[in-house]
Amino acid sequence: MSQTNDAFEKSEPVDMDSAVSVRSVSKNYGTVEALRDLSLEFPRGQLTSLLGPSGCGKTTLLKIIAGLLEPTSGEILIEGKKVTGPGADRAFVFQDFALLPWASVIRNVAFGLELRGVAKSEREAIAEKYIKNVGLSGFEKSYPHELSGGMRQRVGLARALSVDSQVLLLDEPFSAVDEQNRRKFQEDMLELVRNENKTFIFVTHSIEEAVYVSDQIAILLPRPSRVSEIIRPTSFRNTDVENIRRSPEYLDIVDQIWASLRNYVE
Amino acid sequence: MINRPLALKLLSAFIVFGAWEIAGRVPVSFAFPTFIESMQALFRLTIEGTIFTAYAETLKPLVVGVSISAFFGIGMGLWVGLSQRFEWLFSPIFIVMQAAPLAALIPILVMAYGIGLTSKVFVVCIMAMPVIVLNTASAVRNTPASIKDMGKSFLATDRDIVLKIVIPAASPVIFSGLRLGISAGFIGAILSELKITPTGVGDIITYSRSIADYPSMYAAIFSIIVLAVLFLNLLERIEDFLFEGNNRGYVSD
Repeated sequence: MSQTNDAFEKSEPVDMDSAVSVRSVSKNYGTVEALRDLSLEFPRGQLTSLLGPSGCGKTTLLKIIAGLLEPTSGEILIEGKKVTGPGADRAFVFQDFALLPWASVIRNVAFGLELRGVAKSEREAIAEKYIKNVGLSGFEKSYPHELSGGMRQRVGLARALSVDSQVLLLDEPFSAVDEQNRRKFQEDMLELVRNENKTFIFVTHSIEEAVYVSDQIAILLPRPSRVSEIIRPTSFRNTDVENIRRSPEYLDIVDQIWASLRNYVE
Repeated sequence: MINRPLALKLLSAFIVFGAWEIAGRVPVSFAFPTFIESMQALFRLTIEGTIFTAYAETLKPLVVGVSISAFFGIGMGLWVGLSQRFEWLFSPIFIVMQAAPLAALIPILVMAYGIGLTSKVFVVCIMAMPVIVLNTASAVRNTPASIKDMGKSFLATDRDIVLKIVIPAASPVIFSGLRLGISAGFIGAILSELKITPTGVGDIITYSRSIADYPSMYAAIFSIIVLAVLFLNLLERIEDFLFEGNNRGYVSD
């Protein structure tokens, strides 16, 4: 029996190259329908944004993918395997950073590895590397309250990268970060997607941000949430970061998304 | 160069002790000695060794009671805070304990447990435990949901979440409960020595008052306050050492 099962699991990811599949997921809170029969594919090695008005269930969907919430019905497949809870194949970046205030930067970054039982010297070496990657060298011994908002989110990002998961889930990661830092983060995201061979799922409420960083944008509409549109920018993805905001396609997509969302903004 | 907090502390001590000295010299009351007389009495008690034998006696119920309260208080607080079901059962008990007029309960304790160490430990516990339990429980219940989610998403076991997230996150409030509880424990220890049987420091206070040796009485009271302050400072040091990043500068030096 197990051999047949194996064969089935291996045959599963044939449908294009999606790392994460959401299959008719519904989520009810009591009588309130947050998500209804939502299906979505997330291509491997690319960044997909979930974009929509507030209350459209983007964060709910992300938490279901993370295994932090259980769907009422439907299933999530990661590399063909059904999600039953949080797993080593996914790492989460939180909107409010979710750092441990009593732990130094290096311990915060290494915390995911600490929970996996990696030896101290080993996990600190890995953490050191990612602290350098996100540009926080020299702050290893600092505490979160000594850092600015942007730097705190860099710690959160380094923590998610250091566990080396295939899928990175980002819940409005830059919404609590100031504008200039946010732009720097967005440029860094593009580089991360190019260099790390990971699948990124990115929740945001900023149209410009979504269009700027995404390979694929899923527009969610509320009450109950469903995917209304999937947009895949093509022409500006491989140009320089400085030229993206000037590309006609970028501007068109921003306008088009605003046109479809404006009716849903109270 | 003396640093500013230390200078302020010395200044405030000087003002308080100066006011005490002046009030003693006026005198406010025949039964109120001056600061210098009290310190002389304290010195005498120290040279004679009376104060040490007294503390050997007083510290027994205090240390036992405070240890029991801290250990079981934090344990019970964690339990009540972590489970949704037991709050309604235990919270009222501790709220009643906190509000109960302890002096009125002492005769009942004495009837049940006699006049020995047990009753005194009980008094210390009744004073110290409720605030420790209630603070711990509410601190645990108020752990930010997002750092618990963070733990779960990075594959923390339930045990990891309690030990590495909930307890450190609750520690500032747990420690403030410990501080309040331990100060109340000091009050309880002296109260038990005044109300149950005069031993230790309580004996010095009662005896000195009965022979109108007021400087000795105040020396004993002063010594217990100093001991309590030193102990609370030690506790802050421990907290600062254990959870350094939680310190946003409110821990005094």
